[in-house]
Amino acid sequence: MPSALPEGEPAPPSGELPQAALATLGSHPFGIYVHVPFCIVRCGYCDFNTYTLTELGADGASVATYADAALRELDLALAVLGPSTPPVQTVFFGGGTPTMLAAADLVRVLHGIRDRFGLAQDAEVTTEANPDSVTAESLRELAAGGFTRVSFGMQSAVPHVLKVLERTHDPDNVGRAVQGARAAGLGVSLDLIYGTPGESVDDWRTSLDAAIALAPDHVSAYALVVEEGTKLAAQVRRGQVPAPEDDDEATKYELAERVLSGAGYGWYEVSNWARTPADRCRHNEGYWSDGDWWGVGPGAHSHVGGVRWWNVKHPNPFANRLNSGQSPAAGRELLTDEQRYDERVLLAVRLVDGLPVDDLLPAGRQAVAGLIADGLVDGGAAMRERAVVLTLRGRLLADTVVRRLLAW
Amino acid sequence: MSPMARTALQPAATPPDLIRNFCIIAHIDHGKSTLADRMLQITGVVEQRAMRAQYLDRMDIERERGITIKSQAVRMPWAVEGSTGTPTTYALNMIDTPGHVDFTYEVSRSLAACEGAILLVDAAQGIEAQTLANLYLAMENDLTIIPVLNKIDLPAAQPEKYAEELAGLIGCEPEEVLLVSGKTGVGVEPLLDQIVTQVPPPRGDADAPARAMIFDSVYDTYRGVVTYVRVVDGSLNPREKIVMMSTRATHELLEIGVSSPEPTPSQGLGVGEVGYLITGVKDVRQSRVGDTVTGASKPAKESLGGYRDPKPMVFSGLFPIDGSDYPILRDALDKLKLNDAALVYEPETSTALGFGFRIGFLGLLHLEIVRERLEREFDLDLISTLPSVVYEVTLDDGRTVVVTNPSEFPDAKIASISEPVVRATLLAPSEFIGAIMELCQQRRGTLRGMDYLSEDRVEMRYTLPLAEIVFDFFDQLKSRTRGYASLDYEPDGDQTADLVKVDILLQGEQVDAFSTIVHRDKAYGYGVMMAGKLRELIPRQQFEVPIQAAIGARIIARENIRAIRKDVLAKCYGGDISRKRKLLEKQKEGKKRMKMVGRVEVPQEAFIAALSNDPTSDKSKK
Repeated sequence: MPSALPEGEPAPPSGELPQAALATLGSHPFGIYVHVPFCIVRCGYCDFNTYTLTELGADGASVATYADAALRELDLALAVLGPSTPPVQTVFFGGGTPTMLAAADLVRVLHGIRDRFGLAQDAEVTTEANPDSVTAESLRELAAGGFTRVSFGMQSAVPHVLKVLERTHDPDNVGRAVQGARAAGLGVSLDLIYGTPGESVDDWRTSLDAAIALAPDHVSAYALVVEEGTKLAAQVRRGQVPAPEDDDEATKYELAERVLSGAGYGWYEVSNWARTPADRCRHNEGYWSDGDWWGVGPGAHSHVGGVRWWNVKHPNPFANRLNSGQSPAAGRELLTDEQRYDERVLLAVRLVDGLPVDDLLPAGRQAVAGLIADGLVDGGAAMRERAVVLTLRGRLLADTVVRRLLAW
Repeated sequence: MSPMARTALQPAATPPDLIRNFCIIAHIDHGKSTLADRMLQITGVVEQRAMRAQYLDRMDIERERGITIKSQAVRMPWAVEGSTGTPTTYALNMIDTPGHVDFTYEVSRSLAACEGAILLVDAAQGIEAQTLANLYLAMENDLTIIPVLNKIDLPAAQPEKYAEELAGLIGCEPEEVLLVSGKTGVGVEPLLDQIVTQVPPPRGDADAPARAMIFDSVYDTYRGVVTYVRVVDGSLNPREKIVMMSTRATHELLEIGVSSPEPTPSQGLGVGEVGYLITGVKDVRQSRVGDTVTGASKPAKESLGGYRDPKPMVFSGLFPIDGSDYPILRDALDKLKLNDAALVYEPETSTALGFGFRIGFLGLLHLEIVRERLEREFDLDLISTLPSVVYEVTLDDGRTVVVTNPSEFPDAKIASISEPVVRATLLAPSEFIGAIMELCQQRRGTLRGMDYLSEDRVEMRYTLPLAEIVFDFFDQLKSRTRGYASLDYEPDGDQTADLVKVDILLQGEQVDAFSTIVHRDKAYGYGVMMAGKLRELIPRQQFEVPIQAAIGARIIARENIRAIRKDVLAKCYGGDISRKRKLLEKQKEGKKRMKMVGRVEVPQEAFIAALSNDPTSDKSKK
């Protein structure tokens, strides 16, 4: 069962945005996210909005027609945002498994974006990929179509860990996929998960070493979160597998930092490391720095100028709404100034560049000295750069830091 | 079979010979209220259609728990054919009595207003300890006892067995035990006849100055305090001035009358009569149970005696969970006090729980009732601290300090400490003798004696420290005897004991709400139990939090809450941002329910859970 949508007010059927939100368009990076809600199987830990072919049923919106529905939403996006929308700086295909679509379909959607909005000269175009669902050929096709980057869901290099995660890919395929991407001239990122029930610290080190051996440009490492409604949550509740343990995950995070920084990767967000600043994922940086983006696809979230909205989750009503000329948006939030401030603090503080001290309200500024004293915030950076930058311990306790900066 | 009386006798003009004052002694659930309702119906004072189940139990809490907290008196006419064959009409005053040990004093005053008592016992369960205790009280007051087995319509009824038991207790023949069913009405008319036949009429001096005993006093929102009295000598008349003999306060009689069962004004009350007075006072403290009422114009010289100030036995702190509710709690207590002469309280400040009140109660049920009424009628969420009894601490320098709150426990050198003890009576099927002995031994009890009431039912008498009873004793007794044992206790003086105060410290800061006074042998158990509970209940903080239990400066138990190492690391992309912000907003709300102990954030729920005596507390004590 995919995760629930947030609570919000109903979104207007036309999809139109308040003038105030449109007014700031162009003053922040602008990106497009395309959600591809298909997988061959659903992994036991996953609560993303994705559907297997059997779940969708024979007459559901099919993989074959998905690109058309996406293009229809892009028409709507252009109508809503208007002709003065700046060229798109980043595009990110996520899922689900975007590579369940034929490479030609992915390229067709990308070209649809380019034709409507224009792509910036140095645009970053990423797709997530399952190592099993790409070939050297399909990767070449993506690169030729304008893709610049691919992010593989490696998760682990240890078979018994992959089994608990219900990942079906062959670990050896990861190497082949990375090679194919490299050969095609694509930048490579690897996603890893730690804290899986049954994973030892040594297992985790094995996975880290295996990832580094493939020499990616970028690594994301996520602690496993047992989300309500997943198969894994049910297994934990029934006592069939142990719940992930905070202390174990902390130890593994510290190990990841040690191993990755030792191999030359620098953290730039709590869960992300890059070989050089140029290898950072600019699309994701947009999420963290108040950027604007349009999210295309079922359940996709968007943000423009302080308005957040999200689409209906299921592919069928999503396609039906677009077919009848309606916005697929299910609900939205118009953020108050206070909420925008809270979000800015909670997002910026997770970045290596940190949050400028001067951006904080007085109560937040007063909290900084205490956070330095507790070893959560880097005192040197605070004095030199006048920025709140987390220490390693602070990265692990970022929520605590946020609460204290917001004086809660 | 007796006819319903055609005409009731007029109050103030009823000769004592035609009056019968009686009460019903029964355990909770043994059907007293149902029987009383049936009597009201059969004697015609309540018409069929006006009947609602258990008419006499008025408060909601009473109705829900099926127990009677406050008593009332109802006057019913009943005609009996005499030897000449002509029916004579009598006035029967049924005086309702509270059924619980906490209200022993109220029971004793109710009994003092009667000449007879119906001993009502469930024919399927037999007599219970509280009933036995009240029966003793009735016999000591020289009341005529009419033994009755109720619920004989139940398939599980064993009338022969329990008739034997009752006969053995009061010294009559088993055949003399009446069999009734309040539910079907079977046997109720013969019982009314027997009340007339067996219960002696009241005796008093009609020409003497008026003396009436207050056996109940109830606050009514519209009428002020309604005082229930039994006239012993002389008479009380409308519009005269009356005097409360304990306080010498004078009041105007605004109304005098009888309940049948609605208040009905009368021309007064004469010798032996039972009725109510309304004087316009607003506080039951001005009209105290046990006090003697006399006329102002011709006052009596001596009171009837037996008056006693209510004495709180158990103390506990009550704190509003939301600190801003303190004024509501204060007003609520002021209102409850109007109807509860035994309720005493004063403001208390706890560093952990904020502003609240230290409240004295007659016992545990009283505590529970007050708390429940505060929560229900005034919509308050409350935390109560561990109940404490009254200790007398004698210091080396000879000074004596009275301690009702662990925070008052002196730091100085202590010569001795005395604690209240009770004489407890426990009734249970004999198969539970071992379980009861084990429990009482754990609670520092001394066995005083044991008697078989019947082949398989036993009465055990223990001396127990009151402090051992106020903490989950009753729950333990019930669970170890599968609900079969019953308990009654009464104060039985003091004893010296080797008691210590155990403090609980969080990161070196004492948490006053968890301090308690216990026997030295139990200090370690309490410390380990409480430290263990808190380790589970308090969320991990950014730093390590030691939890210590200490007697003075000496640490007797220790636990550690390890520092939290991570609270983050989840993904935070486009769709996660709203979710994450909302989570933080929720935590911000939760923070309002946090109490700070030094730097440690303790959730309200941790205090509530740590202070509740759930079953795990006792397991870890062993």
